[in-house]
Order: sequence, then C-alpha cells, then structure tokens
Amino acid sequence: MKIAITAEKDSLDAPLDPRFGRCAWFIIVDTTSPEKFTAIENRAASAGGGAGVQASQTIIDEGVRAVISGNFGPKAYDALDAAGVSMIVVEAQSVREAVQAFNDGTGKLLDSPSAAAHAGLRRI
Amino acid sequence: MKITIASGKGGTGKTTVAVNLAVLASSEMTGVAYVDCDVEEPDGHLFLHPEITSQSDARVPVPVVDEDRCTHCGDCARACRFNSLLATKKKVLIFEELCHGCGACAIVCPENAITETTRAIGVVRRGRSDGLTYLGGVLNVGEHMATPLVAQVKEEITDDLSLSIIDASPGTSCPVIEAVRDTDYVILVTEPTPFGLSDLRLAVEMTRKLEVPFGVVINRAMDATNDLDTYLQSENIDILARIPLGRYIAETISRGDILVDVHREMRNIFQSLFKFVASK
Repeated sequence: MKIAITAEKDSLDAPLDPRFGRCAWFIIVDTTSPEKFTAIENRAASAGGGAGVQASQTIIDEGVRAVISGNFGPKAYDALDAAGVSMIVVEAQSVREAVQAFNDGTGKLLDSPSAAAHAGLRRI
Repeated sequence: MKITIASGKGGTGKTTVAVNLAVLASSEMTGVAYVDCDVEEPDGHLFLHPEITSQSDARVPVPVVDEDRCTHCGDCARACRFNSLLATKKKVLIFEELCHGCGACAIVCPENAITETTRAIGVVRRGRSDGLTYLGGVLNVGEHMATPLVAQVKEEITDDLSLSIIDASPGTSCPVIEAVRDTDYVILVTEPTPFGLSDLRLAVEMTRKLEVPFGVVINRAMDATNDLDTYLQSENIDILARIPLGRYIAETISRGDILVDVHREMRNIFQSLFKFVASK
C-alpha cells in the first residue's frame, strides 16, 4: 500500500516531522517494499494560508492512501477525509520506525483533527 | 477630501483623534463623515452613538463547481494561489474562507464547470450622529479577510461629503493599506514609547510606499525630548498636534465622552488640527 510519512529530511533515517501541513518533506513508500522510497519537498511549508489544503493536494496527486504524521489541523483533516486518505499518528523517532509501526498496526487512526488551526506542535 | 487616521501600534489613539476631529469639523462645516474602517473592532460608535439609518450585507464572490461537468483534472486547484480549492478524484472541495475572489479557477477550468456565487462576510452601516454622517463596517466573527469589507465601506463615501475622516485599524497590513489607499492625507497617531516608535517607523514606510502625504499627531506627549522627537526631526516629518499625557483625558474617554465637548484645551488642540486639515 502506498503511504506517506512527514519527515524533516529526505531519508528513511530522518526524524518524523510532527506537523503535516508545514512539514519539510513527504517520504512516500510502498509498505510491501519499505526500503525503496520517493522524497517530495513540501511546497506548502511556506504558504501564507491553507498549508494543510495544499499539502493534501500533493498527497492526493501522488495517490497515497494513508499519511503518518504528528499533527493534522482542521483544513488538512477535512481535505484528507474527503479524499478518503487515512491519517495515522505513531510513536516513532525516524521514518523507518514509522513505517514499521504502521506495518505492526500500532499507529492510531484519527477520526477528527489532532490540532487547532495554526497550532504548530501543540495537540488538542 | 478623505483623511485617514492610521498608526502602526494599536491603542495609540486613532479613534480618539478620528472621533474628536470629526466632531469638531462637523461643528465648523457641513458634509463631514466619520468612517469606521476598523471592521474587526469598530469602536467609533461607542462615542458617537449614531442612529443607524441603513445596513446592508457585504458580500464577496466564491466559486461553485458543477460536479456533473467536472472531470476532476485538478487545474482549478493548481491555479488557485490561495489554496482554497482541493481536487480529489471524486469531487472538488472549496475552502471559502481562503478564497480571494480572483476568478482564476473559473477561467482555467477546461470544462466550464465553475460559476460564481457570493457569500456574506459582514455588514456595512450608514447613520447620523447630530450633523455628522456615520459610515462603518462590521466583519462577521470568524472571518479571515477584512480587506474586501474595508473597500466596500469606503465605497459608501458619496460625493456630497466634503470631508471624510477614515478611522483605520492598527498595523500596516492589507486592511490598513486598503483604508489608506487613494486618500488625500494620512494622520499617523503615535506615542513616545519604544513600541510606539518601532511601529511608527513601519507605518511611515507603508504610507511613503502608498505615496500619500502624511503628518504625525503625538498622543500622551510628554515634555522631555526623546527618541520619537529625534526620529521625527531627522525624517523631516511634520508634527500636527501634541495631545498631553493626562489622567483626566483617559477618564473622559473611558466614560465614552467626546474630549472636545468636555475640555476647553482639547477643543483648542483639535481646532488647530482641523485648521491644518482644512488648509490641505
């Protein structure tokens, strides 16, 4: 399954970026062969507004089915939910660990935004 | 003639100056209007108690997508500079509060699937306070964009008004620029504090970029020379009036009373300010 993980750098050993809308990179992997990956720079990081919307558009255009991150704000939640993309929060230090947690089924599936608008690293 | 009262720093005394100048001017001539363009936090009405004679919805354009014609190509979302459209494989989501009404999405859509409707962002109000015309806007709670409402309030300034005093919001961003733009003179209200001066520098830079002539009113002025005086002198900026620091002034304002009606020396200060304005 094609999933995306928000990351601070463009590698599997990079730390997980806890924000979705303004993360630095999206690391896209197929869960059946997790050592192969594509890294996409997130242009929404510098958006004046609607970063969650723009980031979601990137995810949708890549055909990703689930996103692993730390915080999903209200616009990102509505956007990904409308597109049928699952949002998952995991306990992991690196992208590689996040993919492992996903495959092990230890992630938490979101059914509402985990943060208010413009919340940065704060959780609800 | 349109005069805008702006500041930079909030709470320096824009509304105090705008209201009192408008009231004084209205006692010396006809066709004066007070225009409240601080649409997020209007407060001129707290002093003027206008009788509101008409109120109308302020509306802005937003797109509507005909899902029967839409092929979900995503061109609209890619064209939008404000991230207000999201194209999923099944439908297009519109985030109306981000939409700036530019119409680009409708233009690029290859299927002509996008048309325009409007939504209300606030109200525009018109009224009178004795001989003074009152115009103002109130932005709906939760709305992101004040600028279109500021523009619509200014459109209410009719040709029969000889002097309009526009009370802008604090700061130097889009709503203030919309208030200042295409007016004849700007009065920047400031105070002799470090924050006041720091924000005044930004307001001066903004006003110069907009190429509107301006002068400064110092509120809560103190006798000793300070960084503010030094700055104004080095930049060759006219000081139009000094309102002194006085508890009695704050007390009058906190009662919602109008300074020029209560204190002789305040009336004198605003009389001079009005004479200067009338000469422009």
